[in-house]
Amino acid sequence: MALQSLDIKQRSATTTSAPSVRQTLEVAKLIDVSTCIGCKACQAACMEWNDIRDEVGSNSGVYDNPADLTAKSWTVMRFAEVELSDVSGGRLEWLIRKDGCMHCADPGCLKACPAPGAIVQYANGIVDFHEENCIGCGYCITGCPFNIPRISKEDNKAYKCSLCSDRVAVGQAPACAKACPTGAIQFGSKSDMKDYAEKRIGDLKERGYAKAGLYDPAGVGGTHVMYVLHHADRPELYNGLPTNPGISPLVSLWKGFAKPLASLAIGAVALGSLFHYVMKGPNEVSKESEREAEKEESQ
Amino acid sequence: MTNHWVDIKNTDLAIIMGGNAAEAHPCGFKWVIEAKKDRKAKLIVVDPRFTRSASVADFYAPIRAGADIAFLGGVIHYLLSNDKIHHDYVKAYTNAPFLISEGFGFEDGIFTGYNAEKRSYGKDTWQYQKDKDGFAMVDETLQSPNCVFQLMKKHYSRYTPELVSRVTGTPKEDFLKICGMIAETAAPNKTMTILYALGWTEHTVGSQNIRTMAIIQCLLGNMGMAGGGINALRGHANVQGITDMCLYSEVLPGYQSAPTDADKTRADYLAARTPKALRPGQMNFPQNFPKWNTSLMKAFYGNAATKDNDFCYDWLPKKDGAYDTLALFERMHQGKMSGFVCQGFNPLASVANKKKVGDALAKLKYLVIIDPLATDTSEFWKNYGEYNEVDPAKIQTEVFRLPANLFAEEDGSFTNSGRVVQWHWKAADGPGESKGDIEIMAALYLKLKEMYAKDGGKFPDAILNLAWPYRIPAKPSPSELLMEISGKALGDVLDPKDPTKVLVKAGEQIPGFAMLRDDGSTSCGNWIYGGCWSQAGNLTARRDASDPTGLGQTLAWGFAWPANRRILYNRASADLAGKPWDPKRPVLRWTGTAWGGNDIPDMRPDAAPDQNVMPFIMNPEGVARLFAPAMADGPFPEHYEPFETPLDNNPFHPKNPKATSNPAARVFKGDMETFGKAKDFPYVCTTYRLVEHFHFWTKHAHINAVLQPEHFVEIGEALAKEKGIASGDKVKVRSNRGFIKAVAVVTKRIRTLDVDGKKVHTIGIPLHFGFKGLTKPGYITNTLTPFVGDANSQTPEYKAFLVNIEKA
Amino acid sequence: MQVTRRQFFKICSAGLGGSSIAMLGYSPTAALAEVREFKLARATETRNMCPYCSVSCGVLAYSIGDKSKNAKAEIIHIEGDPDNPVNRGTLCPKGAGLLDMVHSPNRLKHPEVREAGSNEWKRISWDEAVTRIARHMKADRDANFIEKNAEGTTVNRWNTFGFLASSAAANEPGYLSHKILRSLGAVAFDTQARI
Repeated sequence: MALQSLDIKQRSATTTSAPSVRQTLEVAKLIDVSTCIGCKACQAACMEWNDIRDEVGSNSGVYDNPADLTAKSWTVMRFAEVELSDVSGGRLEWLIRKDGCMHCADPGCLKACPAPGAIVQYANGIVDFHEENCIGCGYCITGCPFNIPRISKEDNKAYKCSLCSDRVAVGQAPACAKACPTGAIQFGSKSDMKDYAEKRIGDLKERGYAKAGLYDPAGVGGTHVMYVLHHADRPELYNGLPTNPGISPLVSLWKGFAKPLASLAIGAVALGSLFHYVMKGPNEVSKESEREAEKEESQ
Repeated sequence: MTNHWVDIKNTDLAIIMGGNAAEAHPCGFKWVIEAKKDRKAKLIVVDPRFTRSASVADFYAPIRAGADIAFLGGVIHYLLSNDKIHHDYVKAYTNAPFLISEGFGFEDGIFTGYNAEKRSYGKDTWQYQKDKDGFAMVDETLQSPNCVFQLMKKHYSRYTPELVSRVTGTPKEDFLKICGMIAETAAPNKTMTILYALGWTEHTVGSQNIRTMAIIQCLLGNMGMAGGGINALRGHANVQGITDMCLYSEVLPGYQSAPTDADKTRADYLAARTPKALRPGQMNFPQNFPKWNTSLMKAFYGNAATKDNDFCYDWLPKKDGAYDTLALFERMHQGKMSGFVCQGFNPLASVANKKKVGDALAKLKYLVIIDPLATDTSEFWKNYGEYNEVDPAKIQTEVFRLPANLFAEEDGSFTNSGRVVQWHWKAADGPGESKGDIEIMAALYLKLKEMYAKDGGKFPDAILNLAWPYRIPAKPSPSELLMEISGKALGDVLDPKDPTKVLVKAGEQIPGFAMLRDDGSTSCGNWIYGGCWSQAGNLTARRDASDPTGLGQTLAWGFAWPANRRILYNRASADLAGKPWDPKRPVLRWTGTAWGGNDIPDMRPDAAPDQNVMPFIMNPEGVARLFAPAMADGPFPEHYEPFETPLDNNPFHPKNPKATSNPAARVFKGDMETFGKAKDFPYVCTTYRLVEHFHFWTKHAHINAVLQPEHFVEIGEALAKEKGIASGDKVKVRSNRGFIKAVAVVTKRIRTLDVDGKKVHTIGIPLHFGFKGLTKPGYITNTLTPFVGDANSQTPEYKAFLVNIEKA
Repeated sequence: MQVTRRQFFKICSAGLGGSSIAMLGYSPTAALAEVREFKLARATETRNMCPYCSVSCGVLAYSIGDKSKNAKAEIIHIEGDPDNPVNRGTLCPKGAGLLDMVHSPNRLKHPEVREAGSNEWKRISWDEAVTRIARHMKADRDANFIEKNAEGTTVNRWNTFGFLASSAAANEPGYLSHKILRSLGAVAFDTQARI
C-alpha cells in the first residue's frame, strides 16, 4: 500500500495523531540560483512526469512562460534583469529563480485547510495535496506565504508541486531535480543539502558575492526547498522572493482555536458557513495585520 | 570537437563565443559548471546579447555581430606583443618556423593572388619554401621575416586594442580584461577551452572565425590537452555522424574528396589526394587515401569493383561545380531542377531568404518530403494568410509526403559532437504506417532498380550493380549497415612486414582502419569508423562508463572515431620528450617503449620522441597550421564586414571598398541587389535558437510550445525608447528581402554599442516559429536573412545582417 | 481566489458529507492520503538517445506492455539515462519534453500526395507513393543524365535532381542514402550539417 511508503506527519483538518515510531529521512531540494541557466527543463520535466499540460499561452514581452503558476504549471522560472551599483559595479545580472512550493516545515496551507486529508505533510518533509479530498475553498492560498497553490478552473481543486512524492516514495529524485542539466537543482537529505549549499556559498564568496547565502526561512520553520542566492541579503531581487515569510497570524488563530471547534460540527452546510465566516473575515483583516507585523519588524 | 563533452570539466577557462552553450547544449554545458565548481575554472562569454550562458559567466562582454575576427585578431596581437605564448609548443608543434614564399603579401585588405572578377584567390604565393627534396624549409630561430611567426606578428600588429574596440563595440577595458584571462592559459599546465557553434560558422567569414581561435589555441599550447581544444558544439544529435557519412556532394564517406571533372582517371584522382610528407619522418596520414577509397568502392560495388575496372571509378558521378544548399536552391530558382527530396529537413524555414526558397520549390515538377512531422516546407504551396501568402492553384509542383519514424522507433547509432558513436534501441513502433528512413530509401532504390532492370534507361550499371547484401533486401538492418560501415576483410589481410602472418582472416570484421588495403581485399563504408563493429561485436553499444583516471575519458563507453580516440592531437599534450605538459592531467606519455596513457595515442605507438614525429598527423608537415593555404579567403584570417554592414567601410581598410566584405565570398547574380544598405536598414540583426526549442521541431511538441509559445523579437532599451516600443507590443521587422511581425521583448540584455563613432543597435530574433505547429502561428524568421555564404563552407550569413523596425 | 460564494456552498455540501465523518476518526479508505502510484513500476525500459542537439543525451524510454505478443508498446514516459557519461540522467527542456514529440498531433501517419495545383492532401498507399516517385525520378534521370562532359570525359552525373539529407537520421540510413545517391549519379545533394 502506497501509504505505507511515506509516513504522515500532519494531515489537514484531522485530529487523529500521526504515526511516529519509524524514523524517516528528512529530504530537501536545493536550488542553486547561481548555476541555474533558466532553461526550464524543470518545468518540462514537471509537466511530463505529472501528466499535466498547461495551455499554450502567448508572449507578453518577457521570457517567463507560462506567465505564472497555474493548476497545470507547478513550477515556473522567474527572470529578473538587475543592475546593482553597490555589488557588481552596475554590471548586468540576470537573476533567474525557479518558483514553486517550498514545502515548509510549518506549512501554512495545511494549517489553513478545512478539508480533512486534502493536505498532508509526510515525515520526510514533503507537503502534498490530495485533490480527491480538496473542496476548492482556496484557504491554502491564503495560508501560503509564498503564493503557490492554484485552483483549477476545470475541477475547482487546488494544485501545486508534490515534490514528486510518488518518485521520492520509491527512492527516486523529483523529476525536476533529475532533469536539471547544470545541477542547479540538487536533491537529498536536508542535512546533505545544507552542507552542499555551504560549499557553493564559499565558491560564490570567492567570486566576489560577499552576501551569498542560503535561503531556508525560519518564519515557516525552515523549508524543504531551499535556495542558494548570490545576494542572500536581498531575496526580493529574485522576483519578489519574500524576505521574512511567515504564516498569517489569522491562519494561526484558525489553527489554534477555531478549527477544533469546527471539527465538532457535523452539519455540512453549517460547517461550510463557519469556515466561510472564520476564513473570509480574517482574510480581509489579514493584510492589515501583516502590515502591522511588518511595521513591528522594521522598528 | 577535438575534445569531448565531459572533457570540458578539465578546463581552467571556458570561453563561449560564437555560441550559446547553456541554451543550445544545456546538458553539455553542465561540464562548464562542473569545471567552475570543482576546478575553480572561470567562464567568459562574448556575445552581442547577454545570453543564458552569460547569466552564469564570471565575465561577459558585448560584441557587434560579425566582428569576431577583429576581436580575436586583437587577442593574437595581445598574446604576441605581451609575449604570452607557449614557446616550446609553438616552435615544435606549429608551422611558426616555416618559410613562406617570398612573393606572399597582403595589401589594403587583399592577399596576393586575388582575381576580382572571379572573386577568388590563386594561391601560388601562399606556399612553403621547399628544399631540393621537396621538404618545407624552416627557420628554427623564428627570426626570418618570411617565417610564419614573423608574418603573423606583422599581420596582427594592426589589431590594436583601440581599433579592436572601435570595430567590435566591445569596451576597451573589457577586451583587455579578457585578453589577460586568456593569456594566463599560456602556462604549459593551464588550458582554455573554446565552445563555439553557429554563431561563428554562420558568417561570410565563418571558417576564418574558427581559424582565428585555432591560432590562439595553438599559440597557447592548448590543442591536444585535457580541458583544451577547439570545440564545435554541433547541431543535431547525429549531425556529426551525417557529416562523417558525408551527405554532401563534394565528399565521399570519411571526408574523401569526391571526383570532379578534372579527375579524368582514377590515377589522376588518387594522385591529387595522396600527399607527400612536407617534413622528414612525418606520418602524413593522408598518404593512405588509396586504401580508404578502394575499400569504399568495394563496399559500394562489391564484386563488381575490380582492379581491372579501376574499382568502378567511372561509376562515381563527377562534380562540375558547387551543389551546396545555397547553390542548390539557386539552381532550383533558375528552373534547372525537376525533382527534390527533403529527408528530415525543412528548408523553407531553415534556408536563407524564404521567398526565394518558396519560389524555387514552386518551379519543381516533384517534391518528396520524408519526415516524421508535417513541416512548413511540405505545405509551402498552401496559403496560411500573412504567414505564407501563396496561391496553390498557381503552384504546379507535385508534393509527396512520406511518414518517417523518430529516434525511439528504430535501432541505430548516433555520433555526438565529441565524435562518440552510441547505439540506441527501438522502444515502440511509429504511428500509423510510418517507416524508418532505411526502409524508405530502400523502397525507392529497389523500385528504381526494378524499373531499370525491366525497361533499361540511362547508365543503369551503377544502379543494377550496387552491392545490396542485406538479408531482407527491402529492409536492411541497422546492424548490417554499421558492419558494412566499419569494414571487413574480403581476403586474408597480411602483415606487410611478414607476409606469412595473417592479420585479419577473410570474412572477419576489421579491428581498425590500419588494416585497410588498396588492392580490393578489404571493404569499408567509412574508414574513420573502421573498427567500430569489430570481431568483438558492436563497440558503439558498449555501456561501461568506468573512468579510472577521473579525466572523463570513458574509453569503454561507445566508440569514438577515429580508433576510439577521445582527444584529437593528444600527442601534443606532452612535450618533445614525451612528458605531459601538465602532470596533473596527463593524456599521453612516452613510456620508454611506446606511447601510453589515458587515451588511444594520436601517434604511431612506437614513434619514440627522438624520431621527431610531430602530433598533427593529418597534415603532411606534421604540425598545426598558423598559416593555412587551404583556406579560400586567405592564409591568415582578416576582419571583413558582413555583407550587410552598418558601417560605410571596413575600418581596417577604409580606402578599399573591395575589402569591405569578404572578397572571396561567393555572391550569386542578382543577390548583390538584395543586400540592404545602412541608410534604409540601420540596425544589426542576428538570429538564434532558444533553449526551449529545437529548430523547427519542438513547435510541434506541446510541452515546448507551452514554454515558449510565440514568436518574438528582442531589442535593447535605448532603441525601444527611440522607437516608442514597449515590451509586449507587436513590431514589424523589415530587411531588404521581406518582413516579419512578432512580439517585442525589450531588454537590458542587448546593449547599444559604440562602433566606429556610431551608435549601433542590435535586434535579436529567434528562429523557431512558423505557420505549422502547436505554437502560435508566426512568420518564418528566415524571410529576412541574406542569401550569401561563407567563402569556404557556403554556410549562409544568418548571424549578421541589416533590418529596420517599427511598431506594427 | 476564484470561487464565488455560491460555488463555495455547493462544494461544501458535496464534499463535506464524507470528509466530516473522516474528521471524527472513521476514516474510509478512499480518504486516506496516498502518494500517487509510481507509474513506471512495471513499464518496459528501453535505452535510446535524444534526437535533438549534438550532446546526444542518453534517454530511457518507458513503454507500456512487456513486449509480449498481444501487448502493443506505447511510450508513456522518457527520462534521462543516468549511466550515460555525458548527460548522467539530466535532460534539457527539449529532452524532458520528448514524449510530446513522439506523440505530437502533427506526426505523419500515412503517405500523401498533393497534386499539382491542388489545395489539399490525398492519402495514398506506400506502393502508389513509391511507384509514382520512382517514375518521376526515372523520367527525370533518363532525360537529364550526363554521361560525358563537353571534353568527352566520362562524368555520369544527374544534376536536375536534388536531395537534402537529415542530420537527425542515424548513421546507418545516412550511409545508405549516400550509397544510393551516388549510384544514381546524383551530385546535387547536401545536408543540414551545412547550415
